[in-house]
Amino acid sequence: MNNRVAVVGVGQTAFTRSCGVSIRELCFEAFKEAMEDAGNLSTKDIDASIICSAPEYDKQRSPSGLIAEYLGLTPKPTFLAEAVCASSSVGTRIGWSFIRSGLHQVVAVIGFQKMSELTSAESQERMLRGGDIMWESPFGAMMPAYYAMFARAHMNQYGTTEEQLAKVKVKSSKYSTMNPKAMYQKEITLEKALTSRVITSPLKLFDCCANADGASCMILAGEDVAKKITDTPVWIKGLGLASASMSLTGRKTISSLSCAVEAGKQAYERADLKPDDIDVAEVHDCFTIAEIMAYEDLGFCERGEGGKLIDGEETYIGGRIPVNVDGGLLSKGHPIGATGGSQIRTIVLQLRGEAGKTQVDGAETGLVHNIGGIGLYGSVIIFRR
Amino acid sequence: MGFGKFGEISYIAETKIADFVKHLEEGEIAATKCKACGRLYFPPRVDCIDCLSSDVEWIPLSGRGKLITYTTANFAPAGFEAPYTLALAELEEGVRVFTRMSKDVKQDEIELGMNVKLVPVRLDDERITYELKKA
Repeated sequence: MNNRVAVVGVGQTAFTRSCGVSIRELCFEAFKEAMEDAGNLSTKDIDASIICSAPEYDKQRSPSGLIAEYLGLTPKPTFLAEAVCASSSVGTRIGWSFIRSGLHQVVAVIGFQKMSELTSAESQERMLRGGDIMWESPFGAMMPAYYAMFARAHMNQYGTTEEQLAKVKVKSSKYSTMNPKAMYQKEITLEKALTSRVITSPLKLFDCCANADGASCMILAGEDVAKKITDTPVWIKGLGLASASMSLTGRKTISSLSCAVEAGKQAYERADLKPDDIDVAEVHDCFTIAEIMAYEDLGFCERGEGGKLIDGEETYIGGRIPVNVDGGLLSKGHPIGATGGSQIRTIVLQLRGEAGKTQVDGAETGLVHNIGGIGLYGSVIIFRR
Repeated sequence: MGFGKFGEISYIAETKIADFVKHLEEGEIAATKCKACGRLYFPPRVDCIDCLSSDVEWIPLSGRGKLITYTTANFAPAGFEAPYTLALAELEEGVRVFTRMSKDVKQDEIELGMNVKLVPVRLDDERITYELKKA
């Protein structure tokens, strides 16, 4: 049995509006990069694969088998992990469990989404059904509307401003220009963010992330094997996963995501670390308000102080806790099933000191916060070099 | 048509709480109450989380409540027509409702914490829904 599990290889495609290739080819790109990154590893060393994707975007039914075949991973076991936007974090937890149980030694976790396969109307219709289809979708609820309702409640309760929300986008756009794999390569000024059109009040165009195509891959290995594969394993120190009511009517608070608080608590406990110990973090900024809530839910600041944290540029490189220095979902793009794996890749590169222009000096401990749906599933994973 | 006529567009027609729509047509917003343990459910459901009983009775709600949060959508998913305001309110019985704010309520009148009233509203094509009005 392996007591420790490491990430030994990471890969990611560019995140784009429309990739122009099939899902099997998209996954191959990320897989190839992860295998080359791991170095001393061949396809036959992979004991199992977990394919992570949100349902109803693909024409291909049961894509896991098809993708495993295309990557040359048959006849090893493969299956699909699904938790909408948190799919590849959940896949990572499953891979970790496989290795800890002794069932497998080396596991590939591949996340992907090709959102351009649907028309915009089809995509909207699926987003709509991401809420409770019995009691919320019939009124025209949609992802941005839910987060707008969280934003309104947060602003009312804590005095958070539209300017503070816009500052999250300004930060993400700055760092996405330093990430060649990010979808948006242009800096957005505070004025431009603040004057963009209102999508659903108080959220504006630049408060929202965009649909994207992309794939991510990580190779996980047990301690004995990991040390033979690489000199720079990045260890999974603690995992947390939680769920919450899908319907807003079942939530006690609307200005926080309870699943993130619970997942964070589990991860900190298992890693025996505190929020202060985190050197660099990736959080699920599907909307600007989501990043502000994440600061608070993860304990990077006191409840209600999230707006002040971005005001003080404390989440920039050089600040107290750099967050989303790869551009985040807001500017890197959000191909649902690939997002968690992309966040993990960013943290792994940071902890290895290979993050280039966005390297946080001396980063030893990193955190990934990945949310599924409207705060339905929350995953927090802590890594250490 | 049963529950299939509830809301602007419905995605589900078959449910054990289809009678909710009958109550709505009679002008009543009804919750369910577990006959075994007394827990009140809104949105209504027949299956009790606490005692696993599926024996419930219908209890009319006053509809009076306070606004918790809202958003006015300028873009709508396929099949809906923007703009419209979505709102979450807490009713005086301690349960919450997610629905639309009536178009009668002007934007500058909407304030978190304001008193609201949940009322049944008939739509075209024999559809029925509920919405929040200013109380």
